[in-house]
Amino acid sequence: MYDFQLARPRSLPEAVEAMQAEEAQPLSGGQTLIPTLKARLGAPGTLVDLTGIAELKGISRSGDVLRIGGATRHADVAGSAEVQGAIPALAALAGKIGDPAVRNRGTIGGSLANNDPAACYPSAALGLGATLHTSAGRAIAADDFFLGLFETALEERELLTAAAFPVPLAADYQKFEQPASRFALVGVFVARFADGARVAVTGASEGGVFRWAEAEQALSADFSLSALDGMSHPAEGMIGDLHGSPRYRAHLVGVLTRRAVAACG
Amino acid sequence: MPGISMTVNGKPVSGEVEGRTLLVQFLREDLGLTGTHVGCDTSQCGACTVLVNGESVKACTMLAATADGAQVRTIEGEAKGGAMSVVQAAFQEHHGLQCGFCTPGMVMSITDLLRVNAEPSEAQVREWLKGNICRCTGYHNIVKAALAAAAELRAQPVAAE
Repeated sequence: MYDFQLARPRSLPEAVEAMQAEEAQPLSGGQTLIPTLKARLGAPGTLVDLTGIAELKGISRSGDVLRIGGATRHADVAGSAEVQGAIPALAALAGKIGDPAVRNRGTIGGSLANNDPAACYPSAALGLGATLHTSAGRAIAADDFFLGLFETALEERELLTAAAFPVPLAADYQKFEQPASRFALVGVFVARFADGARVAVTGASEGGVFRWAEAEQALSADFSLSALDGMSHPAEGMIGDLHGSPRYRAHLVGVLTRRAVAACG
Repeated sequence: MPGISMTVNGKPVSGEVEGRTLLVQFLREDLGLTGTHVGCDTSQCGACTVLVNGESVKACTMLAATADGAQVRTIEGEAKGGAMSVVQAAFQEHHGLQCGFCTPGMVMSITDLLRVNAEPSEAQVREWLKGNICRCTGYHNIVKAALAAAAELRAQPVAAE
């Protein structure tokens, strides 16, 4: 790792100020960023540690919206009675990220802002139609937030402060785990709302997390397994690597979507 | 260089570190606590697992400065007055190690597991140990040791911590 200054702000305004430093970059749980820096794939001048800011942590429900602070750790989301009660699929997703030690450090905001094409959380944000709140006072719909591999709508120096998830009638996340990395080889998040269904896919596409429009249309008209009869996702644009070909991933998209729909009951 | 201080195995310690200094470097190189091992240095293997404020973390993937003010427990803090902890004793009893390199991380990780789940199933132990790799492939006896330690701690609730 190249050396850097470490800022440890105690409030959001202090963090925003610290982010004005030259080559500043936010540090949340560091479970992706620290390995990246060890490989010298980045050289920030200042890292701004967000984990000491109380207002960025915590989980609260207000009506049909579950709000999770950006610096809330995976272990806290997985173990939260509030999340388990409102959106059990989200708690289950958090509880299967990485391993226990990773979940004790990694945060939801870090995962969403990093937008790894195989990360779990982006599929939940997109599948539930979450709203992402930022330090610039913006509220960005998940549909407009994820722009491609490791790309989001966040501006330079803008911090993701919270994610607000609409509470669905039912939801499920199916992850086909790549056993070495523990990321999703393919993951599918299905959510059923009164006005329709959403299907978000991670791990599969060269463009990062995406919605499977054809499956959404069918499930919105009739939320049942039979609504997906004969439907398959094309292999074009799917990731191909030593773990699986584009056709293999496309096939998994169909399988996992069906499993998620079945699990929604 | 920022000055940091924390409590390690119950003792207050302090030092000067660079921003990039990892917790595991601070423990091993500054404090001389070399029981915490660096296996992969890529957060895969878990040999560097320590407890920070009671919870398991990979000390190779946490900056020392972000542990400023924390309570840290390493393998050196587990034996008390020459007597091994319940988890350590179970590893000895069930031959839960071969070369022993992964053992400090295994012991700390299982200690954390038994904090959150006093009665884990075998499947839950194996699931929990996903982030701890043993290259001697000694998992079977490690899992046996974890289950035995859990039973022992349940039988002696006063000794559990």
